[in-house]
Amino acid sequence: MIKVESKFFTCCEPPNELVLKSGEKFGPITLAYETYGQLNEDKSNAILVCHALSGDAHAAGLHEGDSKPGWWDIMIGPEKAFDTDKYFVICSNVLGSCKGSTGPNTINPETGKPYGLSFPVVTIRDMVNAQKLLIDHLGIKKLLSVAGGSMGGLQVLKWSVHYPESIKSAVVIATNYRHNAQQIALNEVGRQAIMADPDWQKGDYYGKSIPARGLALARMIGHITYMSDKSMEKKFGRQLKDKEKVGYDFSIDFQVENYLKYRGDSFVQRFDANSYLYITKAIDYFDMTEKKSLIETFSETSAAFLVMTFTSDWLYPPHQLKQLVKALKTNDIDVTNIVIESNYGHDAFLIEQKEQTRVISPFLARIKKERTW
Amino acid sequence: MNEQNKTHQRLDYKVIVDMIKPQSRVLDLGCGDGELLYLLKDNKQCQGTGVEIDEKAIYECVEKGLTVLHEDIQSSLKDYSDKRFDYVILNESLQQVMNPRETILEALRVGKKVIVGIPNFCQIISRFQIFFFGRVPVTKELPYEWYNTPNVRFFSLKDFRQFCRMNNITIIKERGIGFNKEIAGFKNLLANFGIYLLEQ
Repeated sequence: MIKVESKFFTCCEPPNELVLKSGEKFGPITLAYETYGQLNEDKSNAILVCHALSGDAHAAGLHEGDSKPGWWDIMIGPEKAFDTDKYFVICSNVLGSCKGSTGPNTINPETGKPYGLSFPVVTIRDMVNAQKLLIDHLGIKKLLSVAGGSMGGLQVLKWSVHYPESIKSAVVIATNYRHNAQQIALNEVGRQAIMADPDWQKGDYYGKSIPARGLALARMIGHITYMSDKSMEKKFGRQLKDKEKVGYDFSIDFQVENYLKYRGDSFVQRFDANSYLYITKAIDYFDMTEKKSLIETFSETSAAFLVMTFTSDWLYPPHQLKQLVKALKTNDIDVTNIVIESNYGHDAFLIEQKEQTRVISPFLARIKKERTW
Repeated sequence: MNEQNKTHQRLDYKVIVDMIKPQSRVLDLGCGDGELLYLLKDNKQCQGTGVEIDEKAIYECVEKGLTVLHEDIQSSLKDYSDKRFDYVILNESLQQVMNPRETILEALRVGKKVIVGIPNFCQIISRFQIFFFGRVPVTKELPYEWYNTPNVRFFSLKDFRQFCRMNNITIIKERGIGFNKEIAGFKNLLANFGIYLLEQ
């Protein structure tokens, strides 16, 4: 497997701060990013991959000393869907995250202390604007494609509407054109879990005790929404954890309880609670129908679209993204869509390698061949 | 696309490709594995979109470099404005939709012309089977038993002509296929497949 490492790009130094959607100006901004494959001479083979809520710039390959590959390694690499023998793939950590890009746990150069809650509330649009600066910095005028699942898909939609001249195609997976009530509700429960933890201390916990229980609980809730009843039943059923019969106490009885605890606890080791608050808020603010109807919103878009959903994804059910497909059709936009039969729920986009590859790979080949302008 | 009429498949594609002018915008409803659209793109530089409900077929379409929508025919048409396409194709799919009348009229709304390919349920061999054996026909072209057929509408070429008359649909061309060749006369008796170029 290819060895990779993250790089860093800093921009928006005062007085040239990024103007955020809220109106606030913010800078400097550092983005962690990784690239895979080679940028060709006319810089026409670049693809931006956007990550989900807890993702990072490390989408593929291995970091030195690590045994676990990047989060979308099943899709990115030689002869994979995003074939790094053909394409130059870029992934950057979003603004507001905690995986190398500027976020609430970053030291504020003015105070010498982490931003905490003084970090501005950012939106998906702001994340994308920062990504655009990185793409400019890399000298790429037009991306062959922007691709992403879940929150990554939200970024793709923003790219397609706000930078239509900068992308040839958009791969939108397992997401929605706006965050709906159930999706907001689930995020809010996660946020409340964090903020109810006394260790959260209004976000000022750096260097002190971290809100580990709250963040772990938020992640446990999240994980349930990423699976499906079928996938959970298959994986855990009613299996007990290291015991023959239930304990008649409140210790861990079931495998599923143990799994969620493990997931929650390990998440605390790798993710910042404040970032979780900021990013889920950005997702909840996302609404492509905010100012205009969905059809009008996409009227200026020129990219070719590939829209993919999964049958058992109840967090982002296929029928919601179907509305996007309808709006694209109405606008005479080249759109291909598929609802993939899968039992893996929302997580399917991180698991279903074969089916996604069978669609993405020829789609990208077509775009490369036909969209030569 | 289902397996029926496999024998004349090449021929029906050939007939349809012949009907379509180069560089047209084409919508193929029930496009199956996308073979017809691929031929149109390849031979006539058409800009095509397929609509197909079967997930497996979608992969085959995308692998052929086609634009395809994973949805059912009837709801798919609603999103398109009037006369968006030069041609809308309903090849071997009309007999499988619940509301054929609505579907054809919608197709005529979004397409300047509509091409319909239909199996003839009253071809001579079928008539023989009904008459002599007293059973619902099962033929090489219509291989299904009553309990497993995907077809929900059963009609003849003559029925279809009458349907067009009653709905003020103009038949610009009618071509018949039977016994692996084009049938010039007595199509309702000899052809097991009819292809129509329609306009309204």
